[in-house]
Amino acid sequence: MTSPQDSVPPYVHPYIPNAVPAVRQAMLEEIGAASVEDFYADIPGGIRLRRPLDLPAPLRSEAELTRHMEELLSRNTSTRQTLSFLGSGCYQHHVPAVVDEVVNRSEFLTAYAGEPYEDHGRFQALWEYQSMMAELLDVEIVNVPVYDGFQASGTALRMAGRITGRRRVLVATAIDADKLSRICDYVRPDHDVTVVPVDPDTGCADLDAVREALAAGDTAAVYADTPSALGIVDEALPRLAELAHQAGALFVVGCNPLTLGVLAPPSAYGADIACGDIQPLGLHQSFGGGNAGFIATRDEETLVAEYPSRLFGLVPTTVEGEYGFGDVAYERTSFALREEGKEWVGTAAALHGIGAGVYLALMGPQGMREIGDTILALTAYARRRLAEVPGIEVPYGDALHFADFTVRYTGGRSATEIRADLKERGIFGGVPTGGHEATYCVTEVHTKADIDRLAATLEEIVK
Amino acid sequence: MTAPHTPVSVSPEDARIADKPRLRRFQQASWDEELIFELGSPGERGVLVPAPDPSIGKAEIPPALRRAEPPALPEMSQQQVLRHYLRLSQENLGADLNIDVGQGTCTMKYSPKVNDQFVRDPRIAALHPLQDEDTVQGVLGIIHSLEQLLKEISGMDRVSLQPGAGSAAIYTNVAMIRAYFAARGELEQRDEVITTIFSHPSNAACAKTAGFKVITLHPDADGYPDIEALKAAVGPRTAALLVTNPEDTGIYNPRIEEFVRIVHEAGGLCSYDQANANGILGITRARDAGFDLCHFNLHKTFSTPHACGGPAAGACAVSEDLAPYLPRPTVEFDGSAYRLDDDRPESVGKMRPFYGVVPNLVRAYAWIMSLGAQGLRAAAETAVLNNNYLLHKVRQIPGVSIPYAAGRPRVEQVRYSWEKLHEDTGLHSEDIGLRAADFGTHYWTSHHPYVVPEPMTLEPTESYTRADLDEYAAILAEIAREAYEDPETVRTAPHRSTIHRVRPEALDSPATWAVSWRAYRRKVLGEAGR
Repeated sequence: MTSPQDSVPPYVHPYIPNAVPAVRQAMLEEIGAASVEDFYADIPGGIRLRRPLDLPAPLRSEAELTRHMEELLSRNTSTRQTLSFLGSGCYQHHVPAVVDEVVNRSEFLTAYAGEPYEDHGRFQALWEYQSMMAELLDVEIVNVPVYDGFQASGTALRMAGRITGRRRVLVATAIDADKLSRICDYVRPDHDVTVVPVDPDTGCADLDAVREALAAGDTAAVYADTPSALGIVDEALPRLAELAHQAGALFVVGCNPLTLGVLAPPSAYGADIACGDIQPLGLHQSFGGGNAGFIATRDEETLVAEYPSRLFGLVPTTVEGEYGFGDVAYERTSFALREEGKEWVGTAAALHGIGAGVYLALMGPQGMREIGDTILALTAYARRRLAEVPGIEVPYGDALHFADFTVRYTGGRSATEIRADLKERGIFGGVPTGGHEATYCVTEVHTKADIDRLAATLEEIVK
Repeated sequence: MTAPHTPVSVSPEDARIADKPRLRRFQQASWDEELIFELGSPGERGVLVPAPDPSIGKAEIPPALRRAEPPALPEMSQQQVLRHYLRLSQENLGADLNIDVGQGTCTMKYSPKVNDQFVRDPRIAALHPLQDEDTVQGVLGIIHSLEQLLKEISGMDRVSLQPGAGSAAIYTNVAMIRAYFAARGELEQRDEVITTIFSHPSNAACAKTAGFKVITLHPDADGYPDIEALKAAVGPRTAALLVTNPEDTGIYNPRIEEFVRIVHEAGGLCSYDQANANGILGITRARDAGFDLCHFNLHKTFSTPHACGGPAAGACAVSEDLAPYLPRPTVEFDGSAYRLDDDRPESVGKMRPFYGVVPNLVRAYAWIMSLGAQGLRAAAETAVLNNNYLLHKVRQIPGVSIPYAAGRPRVEQVRYSWEKLHEDTGLHSEDIGLRAADFGTHYWTSHHPYVVPEPMTLEPTESYTRADLDEYAAILAEIAREAYEDPETVRTAPHRSTIHRVRPEALDSPATWAVSWRAYRRKVLGEAGR
């Protein structure tokens, strides 16, 4: 048996008020316990740790901790300190100050899973997020955010699978390798994923190959990303919808919601399920920690029944003129039914939904149109400008690009070498996607002068 | 002009402010706030967007891809957006504002403000995940160091911090189990996962999602996980045991080593859901009980804020045998520099974009570094002390009982039952919870299904003072008194919260559920579509 003396003597820390020895003793006495060891009576002695954990000496004061953390942070160089053309799934956009002000509010930041009374605010803010996303996507159902866009795509495809009862998933546009990895893992028990290669010249979907793949008749969903992993907004999207529907499959589209002030939402060209990542909507890059996913559909019972996620609904209260909220069709979820629910639901990314809602409210229809136009124009300019650099080719011709685009280096130097040289010159960019190919990204934070500087710098190093 | 002030003589007795009542006269903010779609007017702007140099021209959008109608988003000026959301924030009871012991299983501990400062720094917030490794050595070092800390805390060999939350970590562990058996050619045979009813529902749900059949064990007559039921369930089809311990009842399974041994002898793996680790930090570890995998919820045990339901963060810790299957990339350290290793052929692949919910990894690292080994143990012991103190107070309240394992201590939380109060008054646990909101506190019943009738789950953590716990217990005692003496007050609660009882009937009917403003307008208001 463990004796009370084995217990570490109480000590005082600002986060642990009842560690004060006199308080601890008084509480033990009131309970009638000799020591805290009494409460561990069910833990067998054989699996008790008989030594202190071997951890670094603590930095108990805020001053010491802050100094230590500052030393670590000083070893990072942020995209604010440099000129960054990195995208590929995480985007540098301006985050409005009001978004940060709201999501950093203690009331939102530290709340969790209260009822729609004392936590009325988060229910309303998330329902408004759902509603604003519904306007953007031109549908009636949008979920409370899931972890990230990868998860959203995986779940959207499993929803399509449950609805159709079919096995195959066809990926028709260029897809990020990591996203594909996640999707393949996630749908594995029920689905096989077939990637239909895009046309190497246009970067766009190969409709003949898609048609051929659909002929087997076992396809649950045709999946497309817009923009694709190449940054391309594919003109064939409406045709893909037709092909999918003719084959009895659903059309599932992953999209960047920031494009939708100017580009047609997936529902407009036949998507049955839209999904994607809301990181571009006012969420910080945070080294890839700022992602959150959405799923959106028409308001049809067969679709709604397949969502694993929480869906908040607007309802009356017992007082006239009061808005109340609650969970729509809760019995779908694993919260209600454990393994008999749809996939699972749990803590995911709610605060990112609130932040994205604030962003959409600040931007409004005009802001969303302007940012879409701005990024499209800057992307087109960057592609034209870099194509002028000797030793660089910009593939995929006239295809419409948003933010991300591909360049090919023809001067013999590798994408890895060029990225390193850019970094030495104070520019982050050119994520290698092959030996002599790389992805760049521009957003509204960039100017023409930034792009000209990138072109001039590449001109120095590309050969 | 007002009349000149004439001093009036007042006795000290008249100037004395009476003592406060025994319970707080709480009134939550209730702004009667509009929906955001009812605010603003056409043309108002919340933020402006930079316009590019006109010389670069515009991009041509093919007609089929051009948006036909602008989205009907609100049009609001900046302060009006801010005010709307600040009002909503005031109508939300964050953990910083209340004695948040009523959200059992969720470990609502204090999330230190200084740690928020670190993650708002641009050298975290404005880092891109595809920067060159030598420009992100600080954050890679934090991730790597946090992995080392969690290795020691769990006793396991390798850690991945990629999962986005606790359930994502459970899923990741199941995916690794699946990969492990697939590599051994046993996956077709081993298609069953065993869990317990008082483990988090995501253990069952994630296993099912990953393709396994689920067997759920219920407690034995003494209230502990039923070892005879385990023996009956286990066999050549067993892939894994997925259990929480202490369970969501706060009961620690004293036969946990035997559970693990039985599953191992049948060739299965054992995965430990450590969502309830807060009372056992430095006391006992996953490795000590023989587990092959475990996971922590960094937003519970390691203090990162719960954020209205995420972003959170999960940590998976595994034995050397499972390490090849960890999500990629891993963070490696060669003694001088950190790098990302994406070349891991047996890996289950990516569990999310990039490397994890990095801001919460930074916070969890800072929290552990502030406490150290002695602090973690003090946190655990104090959480357990607080729980047993609250148990001592609550068990004296009429109508409450503590099912299972009678007379045994609980670790860091307790699942209570109001069955007696329900039988006596007709009121439900939910009613008590809604009345608790009138006193400025949260209250949660429990996960479904309600195996414990009329459940209530309290988890006080180490963050609260004795006076805080006394206040929470006094609130419950007052509500129980009301339930017996004035049940209508409880039945119609809340009375001092932001809103009154919702009428939820519309939520379950496709004809009336309204997940968006436009759905509400179409279905409930009968407005035609645009």
